[in-house]
Amino acid sequence: MKFESPATTNPIDQLKIVGQSVSRIDGPLKTTGTAPYAYERHDVVANQAYGYVVGSAIAKGRIKSIDLGAAKAAPGVLAIVTADNAGKLDKGRLNTAKLLGGPEIQHYHQAIAVVVAETFEQARAAAQLIRVDYAAEQGAFDLASLLDKAKPNPITAGPADTAVGDFAANFAAAPVRLDARYSTPDEAHAMMEPHATIAAWEGDKLTLWTSNQMIAWNKAEMAKILGMRAENVRLDSPFVGGGFGGKLFPRADALLAALGARAAKRPVKVALQRPLMFNNTTHRPATIQRIRIGATRDGKITAIGHESWSGDLPGGKADGAVAQTRLLYAGAHRMTATRLATLDLPEGNAMRAPGEATGMMALEIAVDEMAEKLGMDPIEFRILNDTQVDPEKPERPFSQRQLTECFRTGAERFGWSKRNPQPGRVRDGRWLVGIGAAAAFRNNLLTKSAARVRLDNGGIVTVETDMTDIGTGSYTIIAQTAAEMMGVPLEKVKVRLGDSAFPVSAGSGGQWGGNNSTAGVYAACVKLREAVAQKLGFNSAEAEFADGEVRSGNRRVPLAQAAADGGLSAEDEIEYGDLAKKYQQSTFGAHFVEVGVDAATAEIRVRRMLAVCAAGRILNPKTARSQVIGAMTMGVGAALMEELVVDKRTGFFVNHDLAAYEVPVHADIPHQEMFFLDETDPMSSPMKAKGVAELGICGVAAAVANAVYNATGVRVRDYPITLDKLLEQMPDVG
Amino acid sequence: MKSFTYERARNPAEAAASVLRKPDAKFIAGGTNLLDLMKLEIETPAHLIDVNGLALDKIEPTAEGGLRIGALVRNTDLAADSRVRRDYAVLSRALLAGASGQLRNKATTAGNLLQRTRCPYFYDTNQPCNKRRPGSGCAAIGGFSRQHAVVGGSEACIATHPSDMAVGMRALDATVETVRPDGATRAIPIAEFHHLPGSTPHVETALSPGELITAVTLPKPVGGTHIYRKVRDRASYAFALVSVAAIVQRDGTGRVALGGVAHKPWRIESADSQLPRGAKAVMAELLSGARPTRENAFKLSLAERTLGAVLTEAKG
Ligand SMILES: Cc1cc2nc3c(=O)[nH]c(=O)nc-3n(C[C@H](O)[C@H](O)[C@H](O)COP(=O)(O)OP(=O)(O)OC[C@H]3O[C@@H](n4cnc5c(N)ncnc54)[C@H](O)[C@@H]3O)c2cc1C
Ligand code: SF4
Repeated sequence: MKFESPATTNPIDQLKIVGQSVSRIDGPLKTTGTAPYAYERHDVVANQAYGYVVGSAIAKGRIKSIDLGAAKAAPGVLAIVTADNAGKLDKGRLNTAKLLGGPEIQHYHQAIAVVVAETFEQARAAAQLIRVDYAAEQGAFDLASLLDKAKPNPITAGPADTAVGDFAANFAAAPVRLDARYSTPDEAHAMMEPHATIAAWEGDKLTLWTSNQMIAWNKAEMAKILGMRAENVRLDSPFVGGGFGGKLFPRADALLAALGARAAKRPVKVALQRPLMFNNTTHRPATIQRIRIGATRDGKITAIGHESWSGDLPGGKADGAVAQTRLLYAGAHRMTATRLATLDLPEGNAMRAPGEATGMMALEIAVDEMAEKLGMDPIEFRILNDTQVDPEKPERPFSQRQLTECFRTGAERFGWSKRNPQPGRVRDGRWLVGIGAAAAFRNNLLTKSAARVRLDNGGIVTVETDMTDIGTGSYTIIAQTAAEMMGVPLEKVKVRLGDSAFPVSAGSGGQWGGNNSTAGVYAACVKLREAVAQKLGFNSAEAEFADGEVRSGNRRVPLAQAAADGGLSAEDEIEYGDLAKKYQQSTFGAHFVEVGVDAATAEIRVRRMLAVCAAGRILNPKTARSQVIGAMTMGVGAALMEELVVDKRTGFFVNHDLAAYEVPVHADIPHQEMFFLDETDPMSSPMKAKGVAELGICGVAAAVANAVYNATGVRVRDYPITLDKLLEQMPDVG
Repeated sequence: MKSFTYERARNPAEAAASVLRKPDAKFIAGGTNLLDLMKLEIETPAHLIDVNGLALDKIEPTAEGGLRIGALVRNTDLAADSRVRRDYAVLSRALLAGASGQLRNKATTAGNLLQRTRCPYFYDTNQPCNKRRPGSGCAAIGGFSRQHAVVGGSEACIATHPSDMAVGMRALDATVETVRPDGATRAIPIAEFHHLPGSTPHVETALSPGELITAVTLPKPVGGTHIYRKVRDRASYAFALVSVAAIVQRDGTGRVALGGVAHKPWRIESADSQLPRGAKAVMAELLSGARPTRENAFKLSLAERTLGAVLTEAKG
C-alpha cells in the first residue's frame, strides 16, 4: 500500500481497541520470567557452549603477539577465536570500528578474542589466562583540544551546514544577544539486558538468537561481515531487554558467537559482560556546542546560530545536535554548522533521540538565558517565536504543531504562574526550590514496513513481522491494530515478532517503530479484509468487520468462516509518497521540572516533573505514557549524573560498570506526570500516529538545568550538572 | 575467576586452623564484595573459608555498658536493632545510607569493615594500580580522581575507603575484636584498624594474615544528637562524595568523623575540640595538610558546608 495522500476515515478511527489503555499482552510472560530473552534460550538448540569475550587493554596501536597457550590448556576450553584464525572478515556497513580487532586496535576493549568452553566459568577463567603483548600508540582522546581540526560532516537530518539570510550581520546588529558555549558528555545506553547471542551453524546456514532492534539490517550486516549470502542468515529476537540505539547494529556478541560456534563446531552463546559494554559497544558522543541568538527588544528572534562539535573514529559520524535548531524557532537569519573531529575513543553512535537530545540540552538552556536577558517569561518568549512553517523553508508547513498548546496546558497544570522569575528566592527548609521548563521536539520519521496477517478457522488472527519489541509495547499496539481492523477482540490476535523469516518491518529506532510498523499491519489487514470479503461474497468496500463477524446490510457471517477450508493469509507493506517532503512532520511537547537544591551541599534532587506532549494519535496511552516517563527519567540522568569519563591519557571510559556509571534510581524520581494533547495527524500514515519514545527525552535535561538556575542563580552549561559545579557560587551557609 | 576450593568452618578455631594450612585462603561472609572482586580476578584466593556458620551473629550488651556486635551480624539487622537506634543512632543512620536493601541483607559487620576501595582503576585489571599490583603505579593520580581522597593519601595511592558503617563506628570509638590462627585474641581500636596507604597501599588494615574478626564492640553510649549526612550525586545507591558522622552534645561539644575523604574513616580528636567554634574551625584542623586533586578539591568546601548544615541541624 502506498500512502500518498492524507489519510481519510478508515476502520482505525473506530478506536474501539486502538487508542485504548490496554495492558501489555506480553506482560504475563515478562512478569513470570517466561519471555525468552536471548541468553536464556536454552531450548532452541541443544549442546550450547559458552563464549567469553576478551577486550583490548589499549586504545590504539597493535597487538605484537598473543599467547593463547595457557588458555587453550585450561579445563573445558573448546576453541579460541582471534583475528589470526577467524578467517576473512569484512566490516559491517553500519559499524565504524571492526567487531573483532587485531592486529590493529581501534579502541579500548575492542574485542580481540573469544574463548569457548563447556561452562561460562571455564570460559571466563581461560579468557583471563590469555597474555597479549601490545605496541600502544598515542591516540587523540580530547575533543576540546581538537575543535580547530574538526571537519564539516553531514548529519542524519541533512547537510553539515545550513544558512538562511545573513546571520552574521543580523546577529551583530541585534539589540539583545546571547553567545554561549555548552557541552554534553559521552553517555552510555546502559540498558538492562546486555548484548547477547546464541549462534548455531547447520552446514553453511547460520542462526542467531539474539537481542536486536533492527532485524533486517543486521541480517544483511552479518552476511556482509561473514561473507555469506543473506538468505543463509537467520536472526530471531522476540524479546529485547532495552536497546536505546545500542542494539541497532551488529555487535561483538553476535559475530563472536558465530565465529566461536564455527570453531567449536557446536552452538555457542555469548553475552557481553557489563564492564566490557561501555567501551566495547557504541555510546552517545560528547558534544561541544555554541549557540548565538539575537533578538529585538520585544523578544522577536532575528538571528539564530547553532554550531556543534563532536568526535568519532576515522570514518565515523557526527552527532546531529544542530538538527532541531533548524526547525524549532522562527527567525529570518539563521545558520547551523556541524564539525567532526577524529578521536580514538570507542565508536560514537545513535542513542535515544541521537542529536536531538544533545542539541535540545543546549538550545533550551540558551532560550531560557535569552528570555532572562530580555526580561521575558521563558514560555512567552518561546511562544512568541513559535512557527507553523519550517523556518529554513517557509513553503513547508508543519503537518501539526501544538508547541504553544503544550506549553499553555503544562503551565496551567504545573502551576508555572507561581514561579518566581528572580532566581534563588524560594526556600523550603534546607532546599532552594526552582522550576524550569523546556520544549520537547523530535521529528516523525517514515519508513516502509511490511507484515503478514493470517486468519485461521478458529477465528484467530496471527500477525507476523520482523518488528521488534524493545520494551516499548510493539506487541500490544500491533495486536490492537489487527484487532481493530479485523473486528475481533484482542484475545483473538497473536503477534509474532523479531524473526528474520517474517516480512521486513521498520524495526525499532528513531521513534519510528510504532507508527510505521502498525501502518504496515494496517496495510496487510486491508488486504486480508479484501480476501475475506471475496471469500464470503461481500463487497469489500461495504463490509463491516465487527464482533468477530463480517456484516453488510442485514447479512452477517462469522469471520472464521472465511478460513473454514484452510487459512487465509495476506501480506503487504506500507510505503510512503512525498507527504513528508511537503509537510514537516514532528512531535512536540513541553517539559516542566521542579528541583530542590540543598543550600549547603548543592545536591540536586528533582521534586516533580510534568510533560505535555502532542504526538499524533496515541495508539495506547498506557504504553505511550511508559515511554515518555521512561524518557523523562533518562533525561534526568543526562541532566544530573550520566557521564562516561574519558581518561585523556590512555583513551578509555573509566567508569565502565553500573556502580560507577550512575543512572537514576527510584529515589531520584519522586513524582512524574505526563499528559497527551488530542491530536491526529493524517499526513503521517493511515494510523494518524507519530512517535513518542524519543520525544520524551528531548528537552528534559534543559528543563532540569533551568530549574536549577531558578533555584540557585547558578547557570551550569556543562552537563551533567553535579554539585561541584554549583558549590563555589552557592550562597554562604552559617 | 580462578578455581578455588571451599569449606564451611564450624567454629573460629577451625577457621583459623584452616587458614594456617592454606596460606592463599580467604574468609567469605556475605560475599557481596569478595565475589565481585574474584570474578574480575582482583582477588584470587585458592581456598574460601565460609564463616557464615560461626555463631557470630548476635548483638549483646557488654559488661562496660556497651554493645558487642558479632562479626556476622547483617547490616540490615544491625541498623534495625533497637539499642543501636536508641544509643548509637549515628551507626544505624550510616548503615542505612549504604548500598541497597538487598546488599545490606547479605553484608556483614566484618565484611563491611574490610570492603575494598571503589577506585575505578583498581577495578580495571588493565590499569596500573599499586593497591592491586604493588609497584605498578597509580592510574588515579593524574586521571579520573573526583571520588578520591583529599587527605592522608600518598604518592602511591589516593583511594578512599568506601564504607559508611565504619565512619559511624569511628565516631563511636568502636573496637575490633579478632582471633588469630594461633588462637590469640586481641582488640584493635578502630582508629588503628584501617591504614593510610603510604608506600604499601595493598596493606589496608592492622589484621595479620589469617586473622579473623569476631566482633566489633561499642563503648558505653555517649548521648548527644547523632547525625549521619551522606552527600552524593544520586539520591540512593551511590558511594559518598563526602559523609559526616557527628555526635553533638547540648553544650556544642562532640565528635566528627568524615567518610569519602581518605583511605580510612577520617577523624582527628583534636579537631573535635573545635566543634563549639563551628565547621570552619573543625575543618581547619581536620583537613589540614589536605592535598586534593584538581577534580576533587571541591570536597574541602563540601565537607565544611556539610558539617555546617549538620551542626545547624543538631541545634534543632
Ligand atoms: C553495588 C554496591 C553498592 C554498595 N554501596 C555501598 C555504600 O554506599 N556504602 C557502604 O558502606 N558499602 C557499600 N557497598 C559495600 C557493601 O557494604 C559491602 O560489600 C559489604 O559490607 C561487604 O560485606 P560482606 O559480608 O558481603 O563481605 P564479603 O564480600 O564476604 O567479604 C569482604 C572481605 O572481608 C573479609 N571477611 C569477611 N568476614 C570476615 C571476618 N569475620 N574476618 C576477617 N575477614 C573477613 C573477606 O575475606 C573479604 O576480604 C556496596 C556494595 C555494592 C556491591
Ligand atoms: S588510587 Fe589506589 S586504588 Fe586507585 S589506582 Fe591508585 S593505587 Fe590503585
